[in-house]
Amino acid sequence: MSSNYEDRMRGGGGYNGDDDDRRPMGGRAGARRMHRRRVCRFCIDKVDLIDFKDVRLLQNYLPERGKILPRRISGNCATHQRMLAEAIKRARNIALLPYTTD
Amino acid sequence: METKRQYEVVFIVDPTADEEVPRLTESFSQIVTDQGGVVTKAETMGKRQLAYEILHHKDGTFVLLEIEGSGREIAELERRMRVNDRVLRYITVRVDEDRRRAEKLKDRRARKVAKRPSSQGSQPRRGSTMEFAEAAGE
Repeated sequence: MSSNYEDRMRGGGGYNGDDDDRRPMGGRAGARRMHRRRVCRFCIDKVDLIDFKDVRLLQNYLPERGKILPRRISGNCATHQRMLAEAIKRARNIALLPYTTD
Repeated sequence: METKRQYEVVFIVDPTADEEVPRLTESFSQIVTDQGGVVTKAETMGKRQLAYEILHHKDGTFVLLEIEGSGREIAELERRMRVNDRVLRYITVRVDEDRRRAEKLKDRRARKVAKRPSSQGSQPRRGSTMEFAEAAGE
């Protein structure tokens, strides 16, 4: 509901002052964002510490290219994403994980 | 002095010098103890493939040391590892602060869980107090 306002603001490029014209636009944008909200897997598992030696775990967050999966995709919370990123960078340093792959 | 610091040191040994691994681990542990540190754990993680080539090596033997001390022994240890050409790479991570933080979070969670059933017990759930029950549950 609250994102409706934001959507309307973003889609406001074609704003022509007509109130009736605005409303369906906001509705459509809202429907497009009907993704199920992902939650942080680490929070569910109550993880307090992410070990850089745990390659199996970290690999889940490194797609093909070897870049760190952004949290808008994984749904991680900020705290855990930070811990994860730190762990991945450490693992890269000692060649447990690649910097890049091609 | 202030509280002891804890470190995790991982180093990679040249795979062609595999038989030297125990000796190297031993000598590094010796360096740490000489400097007044304590090696709480020395573990060979085994030979594994490197994610990228280091000095034309495609694999290496990983060794983990857990060290407790002031930090001075780390300086000496790192110096020695840098000089030793059997060691392809090393990383030192200070872990005591993160571990303490994790412990704190765990404690807080445990307290929260312990508190919850008691608050529900004092307020027995009834049809008329649905709002209360919901608030206590969350």
